[in-house]
Amino acid sequence: MNRFLAFLRKEFYHIFRDPRTLVILFGIPIAQLLLFGFVLTNEVRNVKIAVVDHSKDYLSIRLTERLLSSGFFQLAALPKSESEYEGLFRSSKVKEIVVFEPDFARKLIKEGKAGIQVIADASEPNAAQLVVNYTTAIANGFVKDEFTKDQKVPGINIKVRMLFNEDMRDAYNFIPGLIAVILMLISAMMTAITITREKETGTMEILLASPLKPIQIILGKVVPYLILSIINALVVLLLGYFVFEVPIIGNLALLLGEILLFIFLALSLGILISTFANSQLTALAMSGFVLMLPSILLSGFIFPVKNMPVPLQIVANLMPPRWFIEINRTVMLKGGGIETIWPNTVILLGMSVIFILISIRKFKIRLQ
Amino acid sequence: MITTEPVITVKNMVKKFGNFVANDNLNFEVYKGEIFGFIGANGAGKTTAIRILCGLSTPTSGEMKVGGFDIYRQTEKIKQNIGYMSQKFSLYEDLTINENIRFYGGIYGMKIADRKVRTEKMLERLELTEYRNRKIGDLPLGWKQKLAFSIAILHNPKIVFLDEPTGGVDPITRRQFWNLIYEAVEQGITVFVTTHYMDEAEYCDRVSIMAEGRIVALDTPERLKKQYSANNMDEVFLKIAR
Repeated sequence: MNRFLAFLRKEFYHIFRDPRTLVILFGIPIAQLLLFGFVLTNEVRNVKIAVVDHSKDYLSIRLTERLLSSGFFQLAALPKSESEYEGLFRSSKVKEIVVFEPDFARKLIKEGKAGIQVIADASEPNAAQLVVNYTTAIANGFVKDEFTKDQKVPGINIKVRMLFNEDMRDAYNFIPGLIAVILMLISAMMTAITITREKETGTMEILLASPLKPIQIILGKVVPYLILSIINALVVLLLGYFVFEVPIIGNLALLLGEILLFIFLALSLGILISTFANSQLTALAMSGFVLMLPSILLSGFIFPVKNMPVPLQIVANLMPPRWFIEINRTVMLKGGGIETIWPNTVILLGMSVIFILISIRKFKIRLQ
Repeated sequence: MITTEPVITVKNMVKKFGNFVANDNLNFEVYKGEIFGFIGANGAGKTTAIRILCGLSTPTSGEMKVGGFDIYRQTEKIKQNIGYMSQKFSLYEDLTINENIRFYGGIYGMKIADRKVRTEKMLERLELTEYRNRKIGDLPLGWKQKLAFSIAILHNPKIVFLDEPTGGVDPITRRQFWNLIYEAVEQGITVFVTTHYMDEAEYCDRVSIMAEGRIVALDTPERLKKQYSANNMDEVFLKIAR
């Protein structure tokens, strides 16, 4: 045990003395978080919209004016028929179309309920969601202001339709995805690099010639990154919760458990890469191409897996983050429990076991 | 104190990499307390043999004992009783002298008090006491090599394996390095060293000359010189190689 502790102490010296490692460990996750958080959810200002008013009464006109005077929207078209909608979106003339149903004012006053359809261009899901949220907020505020004297404030029934991306991915999606990307980066890539560094400098031989057991060497390399990965995952969750108000609807313990499982998987993947790579550079390149690109592009983090061509879907299914991001979304945003995510959990577990088994076979206890 | 009590016994050691035979049926014994040299050109199979004896590589066949322990079944015991210094520099450059010592003391399971006493003695001997908190990366190569050797024997092993320990250092530092080796021998440590410097061969008690994976000569430098009627080991080596 003391041998192991001596080893751990050394590993922490390596980590805290290398500025590059520190930047990767703490700088990149926070930078990514802020990038995805602030840059992707761009500001709503002068968004071009179209208005289709089938009732043309005083309330629908006032609401239209309210929307256009808010500073967020700008009238860009007045389409005559529904057939024009798609063309407007395709040519990017508008980002949103607001449709008032006939008899808007009468229904609102008499029946206490009237409908608006909001159609948005969801090819940019984050922006679309934001635009729809603003529209909804303005419409709801409008009704409240108009009917302040009344006891019962009528409701506007807002029907949202996301064009081009019907089952709209939530704007909060980036947090569940980002956790996967960051954990891949830290756990897998850093583990792969730190182990290959010992091989490259020749110190691995000294370690293998010492009474340390190979399992102690591997654990000693992995444990610091396990601890740092957990800290990073928590930081992202907390920042997401407090800065971006991303909810955690499901069971927190379950979520943390799944995160731990994914860290375990990423670490074993890192070990696996280190058994193939003989230099830090190779390890870096392998991690970059094998881990980072697919875990960003093919995991459903940015592009929905469903919309991919079949061959890419097959590749995507081999990517661990694809299953983990789904778990994260289900638990964080939809409040799903283990009964819905157990297949994903089993897949992640299976992948970890496979990685570990190959690593053990490949790890040369006695370097050839 | 050279005895004839063997601490390393090698019988019919064979190591093949595919079709290439790196060690072709080696047989030798290393006696307790001696400096045993493995001499040969690069690629003669010296490093392969030393790695097998240190448990870093498995032999294809043969019977070997190191420190009285069987190389196949008692690897852990062997590792506890040997020190190893590889061709590549083996200390951590981003750690200080002190931290490296603590680390190696730690992984060899040394008692803290014991480690501290030996550390002080060692640093004093190397005149590095005042530099103990310097990072290894800032030290000149000669110092690093001497330090790496001293750390390799910090846990007082029975045998220390040195794989071309003086590669790339100047003649004066090499001489100083050999003084350290003699001091280790006085402490009762057996030294197994590979080199391709022929002057270093003269410093060994016995040398084994390797070529193409075989041992072509094995004796004391004196007898080898007499046998090949040569003035120094360099001539011996050239005569054998021819």
